[in-house]
Amino acid sequence: MVSASTDYGYDSKVEGGVIVSRADAAINWIRTNSMWPMPMGLACCAIELMAVGGARFDIARFGAEVMRFSPRQADCMIVAGTVTYKMAPQVRRIYDQMASPKWVIAMGACASSGGMYRSYATLQGVDRIVPVDVYVSGCPPRPEALLDALMKLQAKVQREPSARRLLSA
Amino acid sequence: MSADFLAALRSRFPQAADRASADHPAVNVPLADVVAVLKFLRDEHGFDLLMDVTAIDWSEGANPRFTVVYHLLSTTRSGSYVRVAAPCGGNDEAPVAPSVTSLWPGANWHERECYDMFGIRFEGHPDLRRILMWEGYPYHPLRKDFPLAGIETELPGADVVEETGTKVVAAPWRVDRSSPRAVRSTSPRPSLAPRTRAGATASPGRTRRRCGR
Repeated sequence: MVSASTDYGYDSKVEGGVIVSRADAAINWIRTNSMWPMPMGLACCAIELMAVGGARFDIARFGAEVMRFSPRQADCMIVAGTVTYKMAPQVRRIYDQMASPKWVIAMGACASSGGMYRSYATLQGVDRIVPVDVYVSGCPPRPEALLDALMKLQAKVQREPSARRLLSA
Repeated sequence: MSADFLAALRSRFPQAADRASADHPAVNVPLADVVAVLKFLRDEHGFDLLMDVTAIDWSEGANPRFTVVYHLLSTTRSGSYVRVAAPCGGNDEAPVAPSVTSLWPGANWHERECYDMFGIRFEGHPDLRRILMWEGYPYHPLRKDFPLAGIETELPGADVVEETGTKVVAAPWRVDRSSPRAVRSTSPRPSLAPRTRAGATASPGRTRRRCGR
């Protein structure tokens, strides 16, 4: 049997128990399916984030159920809520404490753009201080929207040149 | 019920004047008497809970520009609520008012918020720091001369500025003369309009079923 996938090749007649793959595909496959989120819950979006972790929506189906409150053990920071200027340095510091590779999801209108808080106190989008990979619209977004964002992030991670980055790092 | 403590207050402090209020009784008192008035209300009329300390900015040019307002509630006499207002001393840049942390320890954070937002200095406060904005923020955002969208300043974390090159920026703000709010007040809600048109052409039975849903 020859697999149609471009990520790996397998021919049972020729290679027996051996699978041939690219380093990128193997590394990204591992990263994609075990993404540990760092729940940066700052406002009401965090409630939806909790719902995503619960049984009904169950982020565990995508391998991202291990919420880590230590940035050193997390891969993906989910900024869920309003980032005030007073909180911004802490958000940035936690991002800096995360080990590479790391990704950021801006969950909801506030994290993406400041949302309805056009004021002196609110950071107008968390992308001013950390690089954001996926933005989720909504106020707050439905749990399905966050799951969709996670799937989009997984699709993005699968295209990354991970092996090259590891060698050049 | 409210008249008894107001009458007592007036006989004890003749300088206290009635203040226009839509709901609860309110009095204006001179700044020098405000602590005595609040102590009198707390000790002799059961106003044991300080609900809020806030302020009014009557905008630039008004004299006095700032008025500080204390909200009191009685937990022993149901429904008793009173506001005590006093014009601030000092000047427009640094208005002053007496602290009531000696009467209610809970006034501490109320007065810090008031200082943070309006810049009113509460004399006798044990720890008058900003509470909402960060230390070193140069403005008092609830003053009338402060723009709603904010003013460009430095971020609170210098290391973050160094790393990201970003600043505190004023939020996007513009006056849109064709704003949806103006449209909404003169025409029916846009989201309902297509449904109304469909209902006009549909059969009565269908309309009824739609209403029943």
